[in-house]
Amino acid sequence: MLTKDPEIETIDNDAVNPRMWVSMYADYLYTYASFRINNEDLARDLVQETFLAALERKEKFEGRSTEKTWLTAILKNKIVDVYRSRSTGPAKGADAINADDTDFFDSNDGHWNDQHRPAELGIEQSDALENKEFQKILKACMKKLPALWFSVFSMKHIDDETTEMICRELKLTSSNFWVIIHRTKVNLRSCLQKNWI
Amino acid sequence: MKELNESELKKIAYNCRKATFLIEKQQIGQITQREKIELKIHLAGCSICVTFMQQSAVINQMARKLFTAGYTELKLDDGFKEQLQKRINTQLEKN
Repeated sequence: MLTKDPEIETIDNDAVNPRMWVSMYADYLYTYASFRINNEDLARDLVQETFLAALERKEKFEGRSTEKTWLTAILKNKIVDVYRSRSTGPAKGADAINADDTDFFDSNDGHWNDQHRPAELGIEQSDALENKEFQKILKACMKKLPALWFSVFSMKHIDDETTEMICRELKLTSSNFWVIIHRTKVNLRSCLQKNWI
Repeated sequence: MKELNESELKKIAYNCRKATFLIEKQQIGQITQREKIELKIHLAGCSICVTFMQQSAVINQMARKLFTAGYTELKLDDGFKEQLQKRINTQLEKN
């Protein structure tokens, strides 16, 4: 739950063992952050900040969750802060929303333009989920998304957050949210097709 | 609900932008009864958007799977980890 303040999370002091944190959780937290913010240097910084913040609050941890869950919650809040700063920077959000999609659809009749028209890729059945090459292309395509689109996509499709929560945290209107969801998918799909064939 | 007239039907039948928007909205939220009918009419005549819909669902599933920690784990470099643990230990001793 991103909105919950992790400081309220309570812990049993015996359950906290900071001398083991790096060896036990650093790779896990790093992976978690990298996937969600698409920037490995920043992910590294966030892992460090997470441990240091946790250290300051360790007296407040009372063991109602595991150490790992507690650390992840702190990291999650830091990730949302990154999303927020990315989405509210000068005109960043607006740019992404106003970006023209006539590239994908004909501006008069809304029909697919030739180069973006979906073709069968052989991934329509879910066994594509095991295809490593396809996974690699999807990751590369996601990296190319504008930061705000990536944040929205990641919060919705990876973390399964509610639309209300995403709009609130990223200061989006619901109609902007749907525009971003739509453009992101059209864009990702087109990128997959371009790189897969 | 009022009947859809001919020009509205034509608009729906040809508007892939609108159809794909409704597909995305339906996958994670709610669309109205009227929108459901519009989408159905469109998909009945547009195999391209049917393909889009299938691929869109696969992309969602794959993204979730790929980015769930535990599926693939990245590694921080050892030097960084060592420094970090030292920093934590120093901080601990201060308290």
